[in-house]
This record gives sequence, C-alpha cells and structure tokens, in this order.
Amino acid sequence: MAANPWPYIVASFVITFAAIIVYAWSVLQRGRRLSRQVPAEKRRWMS
Amino acid sequence: MRDSLAVESSDTPSAAPSPEHTGSTGTRVLGIITIVGMVFVTLSGLLWTAPDVELGERIRPIYVHVPTVLTAYLMFAISAVGSAMWLWKRSAFWDKVAVSAVEVGTLFIGLTLVTGSIWGYIAWGSWWEWDARLTSTLVMFLVYVGYLALRASTPDPAQRATRTAAVGLGAVFLIPVVHKSVEWWNSIHQTATTFGQTDAKIDGLQLFTLFAGMATFICCGAWLLIHRFRLEYLAERAEGVELSDAISQRQAETVSAGRKDA
Repeated sequence: MAANPWPYIVASFVITFAAIIVYAWSVLQRGRRLSRQVPAEKRRWMS
Repeated sequence: MRDSLAVESSDTPSAAPSPEHTGSTGTRVLGIITIVGMVFVTLSGLLWTAPDVELGERIRPIYVHVPTVLTAYLMFAISAVGSAMWLWKRSAFWDKVAVSAVEVGTLFIGLTLVTGSIWGYIAWGSWWEWDARLTSTLVMFLVYVGYLALRASTPDPAQRATRTAAVGLGAVFLIPVVHKSVEWWNSIHQTATTFGQTDAKIDGLQLFTLFAGMATFICCGAWLLIHRFRLEYLAERAEGVELSDAISQRQAETVSAGRKDA
C-alpha cells in the first residue's frame, strides 16, 4: 500500500479529465473535418 | 428517417449561418456547466472536503470513480433504448444514438476501471483483484469494446445496425449484474456508498461533492453524446455526398463518351 496516497489521488483526477478532454477534442476535430465535406444546408444544428 | 431532435430539417429555409462544427447553443451551455462542475469537483474533491474517518485521504478518488460508472451505466441504458428502437422501427436515428452512447459509455467504463485500480492500490494495496465487482466490470468493458469492433467490421449499414443492436440490447443486462455483484458474490469491494440499502456512509460537503460529480459527469456524457451523434450524422451525409459526386462524374463521362461516338 502506498505510504503517501497523494500522487495516486491526483493521478486518478488527472487521468480522468485528460482522457475526457482528449476524446472530446478528437470528436470535435472529426466533426470539423466532416462538416467541410457536407453541404451547408445539411448541417444546420438546432440552436 | 427523422433526425429533428438534433438537427433542423434540411427542407426548412434558414438565414442562420451553417456552422462547420458539431456545436450549438445547447451544447455550449452543457459544456460551460461541465467545465464549471469539473473545476468544483477537482477543488472540492482534492482540497475542500475532509478526509474520511476510516480511509483518510484515500477516499478522494471516489469523487471521480463513482460518477464515471454512473455515467457509463446511463450511456449503456440509452444505447439499449436506441438498440431496441432500431430493431422495432428500423430508424437510423436510433442506431446513431445507440452507437454514440456505446462509444461514450465505453470511455467512462474504461475510466472506472483505471480509477478503481488506482483506488484499489491505495486502499487495499493491490492494483487488481479477480473480485466479483472488478471482474464483472472488466467483462462489461470488453463486451462494449466488442460491440465497437463488430460495428467497425461489418460494412453493410443495416446488417451492422442489427448485429450491434442485438449486442447492445443483451449487454445492458450486465448493469444489474455489475451493480449487484458485491451482494451476490463474495467481494472485497465496498457496497453502495450513497444509494445502498444501508444509511449513507458519507455526508455534508463530501456527499454534496459526490452528487456534484455525478451531475457534472452526466452533463459531460450528454455533451459528448450529442457531439458524437452529430458526428455519426455528418459521416452518413458525407458518404452520401461522395456517392452522389461519383454518380454525377460517371454520368458526365457517359454523356461525353456518347457525344464523341455521335
């Protein structure tokens, strides 16, 4: 068992948020790339 | 097919500029709520909440570990609904919902395994135990990875949707198995912290931070789900555009060849 748990505690937060950010970034990038291939009238999102 | 929940009908004239991304006002609001929530959960989970009476500082991974599994369960339940609706209505909308929810849910269940492993090391002194809860969660993760692999390896859209819908519908029954595993089998994993049959084991700011974490991760999951759904929608449209371009090009070539012959 780790004598000092803090590095592991911080790591659990960092890994979680970093994984979410990386996945979100990849989804947004793929969305931007595909948006350019689709005519404008077919990608009007509700707002 | 009706995708009106996520996009305006392409028949409706609109003066609004068409964005070259998958964002909208709704997703921007969800995104802001998620970022604020994540900042709060990080500060409160790491700094503001008191250590646990029994676990001390080792309680802190709970503020991300529990919300990740809750969000994964929610995504898999949405996927099951999408799968059932595909099998019933053959609606491409629901197929897109199902696959988008599975991808987001798989990310979160993967994070559950990672944060759980870290928590296991600092609380039990072991990165992994072949315990009922841990093993059933790993099985759930692998089943949904298999879902995504099946999706990627089936070229025909209707066949792909039907096969993965069957998996998505069946796999949702792993949720009660994973959740109840600590009661059905011997497990070193603790029972439910907040929604168990016993009284809550944490309270005050600890409980508030945990609930804030759950709400934040659900918002984050919803944000990712909407963007991922729109990505699926765009991919289908882009495929259609490529196909119609190829047909137009072929027609032009045929007409040109006909003129030469004449």
